Amino acid sequence: MAEAQNLPVGSTTAGAIAVAAEADSTVATRMSAPPSFDVADFPVPNGREEEWRFTPLERLRGLHDGTAVATGTGVKVDVQAPEGVTVETVGRDDARLGRAGTPVDRIAAQAYSAFEQASVVTVPKETALTEPIRIAVHGEGGTAFGHTVVELGAFAEAVVVIDHTGDAVLAANVDYVLGDGAKLTVVSVQDWDDKAVHVAQHNAVVGRDASFKSVVVTFGGDVVRLHPRVNYAGTGGEAELFGLYFTDKGQHQEHRLLVDHNEPHCKSNVVYKGALQGDDAHAVWIGDVLIEARAEGTDTYEMNRNLVLTDGARVDSVPNLEIETGEIVGAGHASATGRFDDEQLFYLMARGIPEYEARRLVVRGFFAELVQQIGVADIEERLLAKIDEELEASVA
Amino acid sequence: MATLEIRDLHVTVEADNATKEILKGVDLTVKQGETHAIMGPNGSGKSTLAYSLAGHPKYTITGGTVTLDGEDVIEMSVDERARAGLFLAMQYPVEVPGVSVSNFLRTSATAIRGEAPKLRTWVKEVKEAMERLNMDPSFAERNVNEGFSGGEKKRHEILQLELLKPKVAILDETDSGLDVDALRVVSEGVNRVRETGEVGTLLITHYTRILRYIKPDHVHVFAGGKIVESGGAELADKLENEGYEAYTKGGASA
Ligand SMILES: Nc1ncnc2c1ncn2[C@@H]1O[C@H](COP(=O)(O)OP(=O)(O)OP(=O)(O)O)[C@@H](O)[C@H]1O
Ligand SMILES: [Mg+2]
Repeated sequence: MAEAQNLPVGSTTAGAIAVAAEADSTVATRMSAPPSFDVADFPVPNGREEEWRFTPLERLRGLHDGTAVATGTGVKVDVQAPEGVTVETVGRDDARLGRAGTPVDRIAAQAYSAFEQASVVTVPKETALTEPIRIAVHGEGGTAFGHTVVELGAFAEAVVVIDHTGDAVLAANVDYVLGDGAKLTVVSVQDWDDKAVHVAQHNAVVGRDASFKSVVVTFGGDVVRLHPRVNYAGTGGEAELFGLYFTDKGQHQEHRLLVDHNEPHCKSNVVYKGALQGDDAHAVWIGDVLIEARAEGTDTYEMNRNLVLTDGARVDSVPNLEIETGEIVGAGHASATGRFDDEQLFYLMARGIPEYEARRLVVRGFFAELVQQIGVADIEERLLAKIDEELEASVA
Repeated sequence: MATLEIRDLHVTVEADNATKEILKGVDLTVKQGETHAIMGPNGSGKSTLAYSLAGHPKYTITGGTVTLDGEDVIEMSVDERARAGLFLAMQYPVEVPGVSVSNFLRTSATAIRGEAPKLRTWVKEVKEAMERLNMDPSFAERNVNEGFSGGEKKRHEILQLELLKPKVAILDETDSGLDVDALRVVSEGVNRVRETGEVGTLLITHYTRILRYIKPDHVHVFAGGKIVESGGAELADKLENEGYEAYTKGGASA
């Protein structure tokens, strides 16, 4: 259940479990238009729509109203893949694009309507990679619309690390297509410079008995709004969606998740944790889980925790669980937002530990459990170093 | 020889938009090697004294002085006080999620000693100290105080006392919530530290039973925010028999 301990001023935490009939799924009706690949099917948002009400439209640099224009250069994508992996650059008409999901809001549809080239990364069936595939997206001040597909054949195994750095205005769709029994871990790191704007929809379709693990790490950017979504193509699929964000002064970081249990006997586990510091740091977390009527035997849990380190930061956290069948293994959600605990700080300092070090211990501790679940050693270390860097910046 | 001197200490807290004076002129001198028991009824201000000495931000010192070997303690931050040699074993130790006991102890020892202890000797030192306190080795991997029973929390406080070797140890109701076996184990831990002769101990308690294990040199009765009577160990026997009534009903209570 939603709980609020020590809720910082202005923050909200809400939670709902709805038992709904199929026809009036609120997850679907809350959107201003049905999913579509065509931007013209979506009205220009005015900020009052349910899916836009937390987002500062005026900072989206025109991605939402059609005024953003691709610059042709200024955002570079570089894919490093181990042997056995196929990396292709394809045009708009490639049949492999758009199979994992359809854009659900205007910016995702804008990206789909405007991209010129897409990257398609394919891991053949039964190929287990020992090295990660690394995709570097580096902004040099340009505006771009992107599309990326990562496809794993049946029983293939891969780790993909997508790194976003530099300064860019980027709208993108990313498709993850997992064949039967495939195992995919994707780490998407948003380590943008301060001015970047990044809006993206991530669609995963999880094959029969396949496992998908998504780790979303957001540190940088002026506005980052990500929409990780999962659905299943067969029974026995598993999805783990982990997220970690560190929202600084003035930053808007929004993560909107949907797990659509559209097949029976699938699992999902969603854990997002964020730390916030500084005036007008704003984190938004929306966690939608839909258990469709046919999805018997579903097992799902979602959780969002926020640690507010200073006054002036704001969190909006909304877990939402919608259940259309009673024949499930388990379904739960939790959301909590709390201030940095001064008693913890006192306890550590009373043992001689200087204030900065004590804060570092507590914040690292807050994230530790989640970091340990990433399972990619160099990323874990980089994350811990990044957390330290963020904290250091706040002390300076 | 280390000496903690408290002179005419006045302390207030903010509660319900009002400032409330809790300590009303505390005078006390604790020398290295000495053990002072502070005994008093609930709400008399014992924990307030302990927290104020450690520098808890909720308590405002409005008058008086506290010095450790002549150095002004009130001017020091919480961590500086600890590094200067003050240690507070808390009545209600705080849970720190995600921070393991072993990481916490090592970070703390590094801060207090001024350099990281050598890993091999350190592991041995912690292991032995834990064994003496009947703490299972698995505690080292658990998060600080998270899910600890009351008795486990107190053992963990005394473990820190043994490892950090302060000049002055303030033990706030270390006996509360302990069964007889745990009380004995914890008291033995305190006594091991006392026997070094290098620590001054301020033993805060509500009950006399811990004084059967830890023999104080001085006993002070605390009531209404200050020390109202001081004596030797025999004063504890008097309190055992007569309780605090004489002090709370008399002029001492505010
Ligand atoms: N942080 C605080 N805010 C408000 N009031 C406080 C605070 N700390 C202490 N007090 C008040 O000060 C008085 C003394 O409290 P304190 O905890 O120091 O007593 P104590 O002697 O340790 O009691 P006990 O034997 O129950 O541990 C009490 O009336 C208490 O309510
Ligand atoms: Mg007390």
